[in-house]
Amino acid sequence: MTENGDVTPLVKLEHVNKHFGALHVLKDINLTVSRGEVLVVIGPSGGGKSTLCRAVNRLETIDGGQIIFDGQPLPEEGKALAKLRSEVGMVFQSFNLFAHKTIRENVTLGPIKVRKKARDAAETRAMELLERVGIAAQADKYPAQLSGGQQQRVAIARALAMDPKMILFDEPTSALDPEMVQEVLDVMIGLARDGMTMMVVTHEMGFARRAANRVVFMADGQIVEENTPDEFFTNAQTDRAKDFLSKILTH
Amino acid sequence: MDELIQYAPDLGEGFLNNIKLSLIIAVFSLIVGTILAAMRVSPTPVLRAAGTAYVNVVRNTPLTLVLAFCYLGLSDTLGLIFSTEVPLTNSFWLAVLGMSAYTAAFVCEALRSGINTVPMGQAEAARAIGLTFSQSITLVIFPQAFRAVIAPLGSVLIAMIKNTTVVAAAGYTVDVAAKMRETFDTTGVSIPIFIGIVLSFLVLILPIGWYTGWLARRLAVAR
Repeated sequence: MTENGDVTPLVKLEHVNKHFGALHVLKDINLTVSRGEVLVVIGPSGGGKSTLCRAVNRLETIDGGQIIFDGQPLPEEGKALAKLRSEVGMVFQSFNLFAHKTIRENVTLGPIKVRKKARDAAETRAMELLERVGIAAQADKYPAQLSGGQQQRVAIARALAMDPKMILFDEPTSALDPEMVQEVLDVMIGLARDGMTMMVVTHEMGFARRAANRVVFMADGQIVEENTPDEFFTNAQTDRAKDFLSKILTH
Repeated sequence: MDELIQYAPDLGEGFLNNIKLSLIIAVFSLIVGTILAAMRVSPTPVLRAAGTAYVNVVRNTPLTLVLAFCYLGLSDTLGLIFSTEVPLTNSFWLAVLGMSAYTAAFVCEALRSGINTVPMGQAEAARAIGLTFSQSITLVIFPQAFRAVIAPLGSVLIAMIKNTTVVAAAGYTVDVAAKMRETFDTTGVSIPIFIGIVLSFLVLILPIGWYTGWLARRLAVAR
C-alpha cells in the first residue's frame, strides 16, 4: 500500500553497527522496509533480532551507520525523538502495559498527552480499537486482571491508537502461554491484511508463512539471508539458515 | 499533675507550632524531594551529579547543624532574613527552610527506591508511545513509584514531625520542646509534663502510621 505512489522505503538502515561492550551485536546491517510491507525477522537467540527492532525507534542507540525513517534520519533525543516514537508503534515481549492505569487509560494516554486529542474523541477511538482486538468488555479493568494474551492485544490497541506509520513487534508471543498465542497472531494477521507496515521479530513460523511479505534471517549480528517466506522456508540458500530451519521445523 | 493542667495552654500553643511547622515542611520537602529524585534519575549527567551531591551532603549532616547553619550562617552572616520586625517569624521560616532541605534528601531516597520497583519496561513503553522524559516521569514512573513507597514516606514524615522538636537550633524557641524546658525550669516538675507531651505526639503520629499503611495497601500496584 503506497501513499500517493510514494515508493521511498519507510525505514532504511545503512551500515548500522552496534556493540554491547566487547560484543558486536549488529554488524553492518543494511535493510529497508517498504510502506505496507510486513517484514519478519527470525533467527537464533542472541543473534541481534531484538536489538535491530529496538534500534528503529531508538530504544537502542547505534554506534555507526544511520537509520532513515520516512525520509529523515532518526533524531538523537528530545522532542524530535519523542515525535518520531509517536509515529512508530511498539509491542513488547512483556506487554509493558501501564500497571497503574486501566485498560482504557492505557489506550488513551498517548492520544491525549502526545497527540493532544480531546478526551472524548480519544475514548471513543480507544473503545473502537479495543472492540477490534476483542477486549472492549474489560476496558475498566487493570492490566494485572487480564491474561497475557489479552494484555498483548491491549498493547496492540495502544500502539494503534497513535495511528502509527508502522508497528514494531519484539517477540510479541514469546511470553505467552501456548493457548494464547493464536489470539494475538490473529490480530496481527488482521493488521497485516489491512496494510499496516510491520517489522516482526518472532519465532512463529506459521505467522511468517501466512502474513510476511519478506523474511530476514539473522544470526551472529548479521543478516544472513533475505527472501520471500515461500522461498525461504522451502529453499533456504545458506547452511546457517538450513541448519536453523532443520532444528525448529522438525521437532 | 496540677502543673501539667496549669501549663497545658502554654504547652499546647508550643505543640501547635510544631504541627504548623510539620505541615509546611511536609509540603516543601515532598516537592523538593520529588524534584531531587527526578534529577537523580534524569538522563542529564550534570543534574544527576548535582542531585547526588546534595543528597550525600545534606543527608549526612546532623539536623541541628543544618538548622544552626540556617540561623547563624544564612541569616546572621549572609543576611537571609524573612522578617525584619519579628525575630520569631524569621526563625520560623529558617527552621522551615533547614528542615525542608534536610527532609527532602530523605524523601528523595525513599522515592528513588520506589522508582527501582518500577520495571524498566514501563519507561520503555512510555517512551515508545512518544511521551517526553518529563511526561514519562510524571505520568508513568512517579505515580507507580509513589504508591510503592507510601509506607516508607510515612516513616520519613513521622521522623520529620519528631525532628521539629529541635528547631530551637534555628532560633525558633516557642515550639513544644522549648516550652517544656521552660516549664521544667519554672516548676521543677518534669515527669507528668513529659508524659503529657509524649502522649500528644502519640495521638498525632500513630494515626499517620495507620493511615499510610492503609493507603499503601489500598493503592498498591498489582503486577
